Order: sequence, then C-alpha cells, then structure tokens
Amino acid sequence: MKPENNFIMLFFHKKALGMKPEEIIRLVAESGLKGRGGAGFPTDIKWKLAAAVKDDLKYVVCNADEGEPGTFKDRVILTDFADLMFDGMTIGARAIGACKGIVYLRGEYTYLRGFLKGKLSERRKNGLLGSNILGTEGFNFDIEIRMGAGAYVCGEETALIESLEGQRGEPRNRPPFPVNTGFLGHPTIVNNVETFTWVPCIVSKGAKWFNDIGTEKSTGLKLFSVSGDCGKHGVFEFPMGITLRELLEKVDGTGAKAVQAGGASGRCIPASEFDRTIAFEDVPTGGSIIVIGQGRDMLKVAENFMEFFVDESCGQCTPCREGNAKLLEGIELLQKGRCSMKYLRELCSLGETMQLASKCGLGQSSPNAFLSIVRNFKDEIMGRTEKTL
Amino acid sequence: MPTLSENTSRSPLSQRIQPMGIPGLEVIDQLVTVTIDGKEVTVPAGTTILEVAQQIGVRIPTLCYHEDLCIAGVCRICVVEVDGQRTLQTACSYPVTTPITVRTHTRKVRQARRHILDLMLSKHYGECYACARNNNCELQTLAKEYGVDHFRFGHPEKPRFNIDRSSHSLVRDMDKCILCRRCVRTCIDLQEVGVLEVDQRSDRSKVITFGDKPLGEVVCINCGQCINRCPTGALRANDPTDEVWAAIDDPAKHVVIQTAPSPRAGIGECFGLEPGRPLTFEMNTALRECGFDKVFDTNFTADLTIIEEGTELLLRLHKALVEKKPVALPQFTSCSPGWVKYLEHFYPQYIPNLSSAKSPQQMFGAVIKTYYARINNIDPKDIVTVALMPCSAKKFECNRPEMCDSGWKDVDYGLTTRELAQMISLVCGIKVENLFEHADIIPARGFEGIRFLELPIKKVGPVPELLKGLFDDWNWLEGAVLKVAIAHGTANAKRVMEDIKAGGRCSECHFIEFMACPGGCLGGGGQPVPTSPAIREARAKAIYAEDSAYEIRKSHENPAITELYTKFLTEGPCSHLSHKLLHTGYTPRGKYIV
Repeated sequence: MKPENNFIMLFFHKKALGMKPEEIIRLVAESGLKGRGGAGFPTDIKWKLAAAVKDDLKYVVCNADEGEPGTFKDRVILTDFADLMFDGMTIGARAIGACKGIVYLRGEYTYLRGFLKGKLSERRKNGLLGSNILGTEGFNFDIEIRMGAGAYVCGEETALIESLEGQRGEPRNRPPFPVNTGFLGHPTIVNNVETFTWVPCIVSKGAKWFNDIGTEKSTGLKLFSVSGDCGKHGVFEFPMGITLRELLEKVDGTGAKAVQAGGASGRCIPASEFDRTIAFEDVPTGGSIIVIGQGRDMLKVAENFMEFFVDESCGQCTPCREGNAKLLEGIELLQKGRCSMKYLRELCSLGETMQLASKCGLGQSSPNAFLSIVRNFKDEIMGRTEKTL
Repeated sequence: MPTLSENTSRSPLSQRIQPMGIPGLEVIDQLVTVTIDGKEVTVPAGTTILEVAQQIGVRIPTLCYHEDLCIAGVCRICVVEVDGQRTLQTACSYPVTTPITVRTHTRKVRQARRHILDLMLSKHYGECYACARNNNCELQTLAKEYGVDHFRFGHPEKPRFNIDRSSHSLVRDMDKCILCRRCVRTCIDLQEVGVLEVDQRSDRSKVITFGDKPLGEVVCINCGQCINRCPTGALRANDPTDEVWAAIDDPAKHVVIQTAPSPRAGIGECFGLEPGRPLTFEMNTALRECGFDKVFDTNFTADLTIIEEGTELLLRLHKALVEKKPVALPQFTSCSPGWVKYLEHFYPQYIPNLSSAKSPQQMFGAVIKTYYARINNIDPKDIVTVALMPCSAKKFECNRPEMCDSGWKDVDYGLTTRELAQMISLVCGIKVENLFEHADIIPARGFEGIRFLELPIKKVGPVPELLKGLFDDWNWLEGAVLKVAIAHGTANAKRVMEDIKAGGRCSECHFIEFMACPGGCLGGGGQPVPTSPAIREARAKAIYAEDSAYEIRKSHENPAITELYTKFLTEGPCSHLSHKLLHTGYTPRGKYIV
C-alpha cells in the first residue's frame, strides 16, 4: 500500500466507521445489495436481523468456499482485492456489533492462506483490526482464516458453520437461522466474498451509484466467471440485468447452443432464451457462466453435473442422497435409449420433490440442470440407441 | 469441569436447543396461532408443527424423529406445506414463532412423501416376512399408509453389506438401514457412548463403528438402546431362541428359566396391549406351557446380590472408617452389564470401585448349577439355564469367559422380552392375556437422571442373623451418614464419573447405583419396540403397583435366602464359597480396539 493510498483508505475507513451501525445497514439497504453467492438474499435484512439480536458475541463469517463448478471470481478478489473484502467484513462487524470474523477458505485455496494472513497482520499493524479500530471507542474486531477441506456442501452457510465447529459438514435445520443461532450458538452473518467486497465500494461511492446500475430488483455490478466454448475466458464485471446475448457477445460466445448459468446447481438456458436477463428475478447466478457450444452432447453435460452432485451430496437427507443417484441412473438409461417416457416423467417429478423437500440448497437445486436439459433438449436426448454412444 | 446437569452431548447446538431458546428472540411465553388443515389452534411460541399436529390429532408421518432424541430433520417424510414458503418444511424441526398456515396432505406433500418412501425402498434389501421387525416396522407401516404397491425406483436384488454378527448382544444389518440416524443420535446423545457414526457422503454414506470394525470389537456397551429406536430391522438383538427350543425339545436337558421383573411389565406390548399392563402371572404360566422345566424369579438372586453387595459395602466402610485404611469408595453397583462394560472401556482406573458381586442373573446361574443341581440330584451338565431379561447386554454378560464358576457356563442363554414374546406366540398365538391363569411372582424401578440421598444412621440394629458374624461390634456405624447416589442412563453415568474424577459431590458418596439404560431395566435394550418416556412411565407404574403389594420388604427376611445361607453358603456372605460362586472380576478394556 502506497502512502497516498493509505491516506485515501484511512479517509474512507474513517467515513465508514463514523457511521452508526443502523446507518450502515440503511446504506446497504438503499443500495439494494443482494447476496453474491447466488441465493440473492438481501444483505441488509441479514445484517439487520443479526444486529437486532442481543448477544456479547457475534460473528462475521466470509464464505470463501468457492466450490460451484465454473466459479473462480472469488479467487480473483482474494488474490487482488483482499483488502476490500476485509474492509467489507469490518464494516459488517460494525453494523451487527460483532467482534470476531472468520474467513472460511476453500481447501483448494490453501496456497492463499499465508498471503491472506500477511494482509491481516498488515491490517493489525495499521490499526484496521484489533481493539478500538482507528480510534473508534469500543469497536474491537479481528479476523482469522480457517480452512475448508474440500466439501462442496460446506459452501451452504449452516454446513459451513458446522464445519467451523468441527462437526461433519452437514446443513442444519432452518429455522433457527444463523443470524440467531450461528457459530457456537451465537448470531452470525455469513456472506460471500464478493458481497463483502462490494460494501466498501458502496460506502465510498454511495448507495445511489450502486442502485442506479442493474434492474429494480437486482442492482449493481457483478463479477462473472466465464468458461466453456467461447473466445474469452476469465472473470468479467458486468451490470446486473445484462442479457445472455449481450454477455455472450462480450466474451465471443455467440452461436452457443446453451448457457449453464449458476454452475452445476444453476439452470441450462437454450439459445432460444438468450434474451433473458441475468438477475435474481430471472436467471440467477452466483457468477458461473459456462458456455455450451453446438458440438456438445447435452446428455453428457447433464451427466457431468449429476455425477458432481452424486459425489457431493452430504448424504443426510433422503431426497438428495438417493434422488441424485436415481437421476444419474436415468441419464445412463437415456444414453442407452432405455428410458421410457413414463419413467422420464417419474424422474422429473422426483426432481420436483428434490427441489421441494431437500434439506438445503444443494438438494433443492441439484435437479435444476437435469430438469432444464430434459425440458429444453428433449429431442436431443430421447431416442438414442446404444450404437450412438 | 462439566456440572452434573450440563448437557455434554456432541449434537450440534442448533439441534439441541430447539424449539426454544433462540438468543435474543424472546419468544418464550408468547402465544401464536397456527392453522393446520383448517383447524386453528393457539400454542406457545416455539412449539414445533409436529407437536401442534399431535395436540390436535392431525397425523404427520415421521421416521427420523424420536421423542427421546434431538431433532435431525433428515428423512424428510414429515414435510408439510407452510403458506408463504417456497419449499416444503419438516414438521419435526419447524418451531412456530409467527402465525402460520400449514397444510399436511396437499398434492406436493403426498408426492414428496411417496417419493421419499420409494427412494428408501430402492435401497432397502430384504423380504418383510423374513425380518425380526415384520409387523412392527415403521417403514413397512408407512409403505402401507402411502399405498406402495410397486417399487417405483427399483428394489435391491442382492445385499450390499455383510450382516455383522460379531457381537454377543446385537446384530447389525446395514442393508435394512434407511439412514435416519436414530441409532447414531441414541449412541452419541442419549447414551453418550459414541460407538456409531456416519461415514462417507451421498449415497455411499453408511452408519459405521470406529474404523468400520465389527461391533463385537469396539467400545459398544451392548445397551441395545439403538435397537429400541431403530425404525426398521437394521438393528436387532442376537436371538438365541432356536437354541433354547432345541434345549427344551431335548429330553435329556433340564431347562430352567429365571425371569427378571421388567419383562413382565413390558411383554404385553408385544401382544398389542397398552403399555403398563403387567402380565406377571400370565407370562409365568406361558413359560411352563413353552416347556421350561422350572420357572424362577430373578428377584431371589436380586436379594442375594443385595446381601453380598451390602456385606461388601459394610466391609469397605469398616476398612475406611474404623481401620482407616485406603479402600475404593464409592462402591459402584455391578448388576447392569452395559454399565460394567462402559466402565471397563471408559474409566478402567475405577474398576476397584465396582462391587465384585455378580449380577442377579449370574448369581442365579451359579446357584442353579451347584446348589439346585445338588438338592434335585441333577447332573449340572444336563441343566440349561436361560435368563429372561429386559436387556441386550445380559447376552454379552452370560458369555463372559469368567462366568463359569459353577464349573459350567453359569447362564447358557439370555433371552430378551421380545424374543420370549416370539416364543410365547408360537405356543398360544397372540391372545396371551386371556389364555393363562395367574401363577406367583414378584417386581424393579426405573427413572432417568441422577439422584442423591443422605441416610444418617442414628441407631444400629437389630443386626440380621445372617450378618452378625461380620463384626464383633457394630457401634462404629452409629452416627455415620451414608451418602448414596443413583444414575440411570449412560450419559448420566458419564456425568457422575466426570464429577468423581474432578472431586465433586459424587466422589464423597459411599455407594452409587448405575444403570446403563434411561429408565433403568424398564427401558432396557431387550424391551419391546417402540419406546418413549410415556411408555417407560406406564411400565414403571405397573411394576411399582406390584412391588407395593409385596409383603417381604427386606432381602435378609426372604426365607429362600435364609435357607440358601443355612444349607449351602454356610460360611455366610462374602465368604470363601460365596466369593467363588457369586463374585467376579473385571477386565480393564480401555478404548483400544482389538
């Protein structure tokens, strides 16, 4: 950090910390910021609920368990903008009255641990962490890094908390929600890396700046991880509300057969629907955009995603544990041309049950890809014989 | 140091503190209105949807839910529609904090429940007829309730796992497991032993022991509480009825059965009777009908245990109070074999505190194959002793290698209440309560928790004839305050042991009764399935009623006891012969795996 930057940062931090907790929450509310992990829960409501709970111990947890297939935008933030993320966590702590922060870092990102720890000690040296931060009387906050161990389900906030507590990473029953009963029973906010990162930007540029971008229900900018059959791969910043067609043009992906938006748990959008917008009210995504070219076999695509879920289901609840395996078996039957229409309908109905009755977001969204591929590419996936394999 | 009342279970906080006690949300004492299937009812905030439904008589099916256990919410069979919620919610885990409208049998709900059952059945190997839990299986009942007439997602044609028969007490058949995790929660939370755990993720997940070792080789204490809470036939007791029938059918064998008190209070449940209807006399007669040559009441050796164990306590107290020599106190009871094995595994350093007196079951076996054989002129090799117990750990106990002090295996077979019910139904069908006349028999107690008692001894005497030879002068007891504690349930036993280790109140006790099972023997692992606090309560009432009608209240006044000490154990309690036959030693096992 250069000296002049330091001065600007200090000015910004003073601004953030000069605000009362309820002012911070109001600002976030005005910006319309919603959870960038993909679920799109309004950040201000989460913070408000946690702030309302009386407890001496509250936690701010940053979900850096970036595990959704096709998502790698958080890695860029962690590598290049870690201070912004820590700023966001600190502001969040101020807003809810937390004194402890934890970054739950994906096991595969262990190589970043030392770097992030270095950043944290630098912040401690600069008075941005510790007791009475930047002279704000009574505001004590520190952050530690904790490692995940490679389970996809630990990206689900309650499974993440279980994992932090040293238990098997399995989602809890909700309610109660983490904002009431979170880490070790204390109120806890769990937000995505990107969500925290936008907060200091909103504080310095104002809620209106953020709110003016995007749609009415999905405001602001969003980072996208683009991969697959397109010319430009990588992490892009686009406004919310961008249509898939516009996005594909920017990444040289026009002519695609479909786009898997939201990773394995997202939906498969066919070319006929490329005018749909990326927004929480239309096509939601945590940032993963996988472009599927004309040459791809949609059954293979579905198989790939289902194999992932069969592997990653925590095994706790029946619909997800057994259901994903049945859907994968169904795909194998389709590949051999041995799945009757009747059985396919049964599997789709099972998919609905999984969406409705699974315990957590994993099981609730795992049939999405299967269902949307069956709905949109029926002609392609039906009527195969073993020879076409 | 954990306090005695502290919950030390390993279950996640979020599961334990439900439905009440969300910090900051002061919902306690508030009332909310819930509408279930159009019926409106006002309940205290924090009540779960399932509890509300039960109150107003709306049936919501459950599988992973159990009254004795913390909430899991994993089977998802209890899903209901809550207005305003995108997804279905599990009734067992959903605490009502705001007014809500709930629908329990919409199309979505029916479809989801049926799918869940179909998915479970697609992994549930085996034929219902050939299952210990046929007609008493929660999965079977639900399959009927939801009209399962074919296997929508298939049915396994071959087993995936080997049946684990390594334990003397329990049989585990993981092909019947539906992963409701009740056994895991029983072992971890209710009993706090922690033998069972879930391994792996996804459809590979499986309930395992440490390192997936056979049950007979791990720290399982054989309490069988998991059997009582398994909804299917995945867990059952190791059933010796074939061997028992073979002995009965063998004319050369003299088959003797001893019956513990608790099965009498429970066995009626196996014949469809309401819990709490004792079938003492009926059962006794049915046993004769089965072909047992003699039917005895274990209460006889319970009295014998009291005499021997009591004498041992007196000797220990004398050593401590008069001779001022170091001696292991408090003395622990040793009649619950689950507790004994628990201590051997988890607190082996306290083995000297365990009473060396055998349990009533084992004393009975030893007396039958010695004294009884002699007075009846039967060769002990031809005697087969069977023990009817409410307990699965008793099966392990009678197979302990050291339990052969009579020169023979003291007790040949341990039968549970459930297995006896099976034997009786062969003989007299299912209308047992009408078939038999009353015979003669007597009763035990049970509760859940830890209790303390201080007994100041103001006056000594009159000393029973039987014990007079023990000390020349009994006055040393005068003015002493006998401190006694009782802990039922292994989780409570753990708390007491931790308290003793930390030098707390329990370490000052002289005598502590331990029982491995919550509710004592009445809630034993060999008792009928299902179990619940209300069922155990009903069984306790039944047995107390019998007990209060009993005239002889003191063990040393039992004429059978006096006769035994006059004619056989002539040197008295804790003498050479009694030590040979009625006392035993223990094995420090530790937590190491074989």
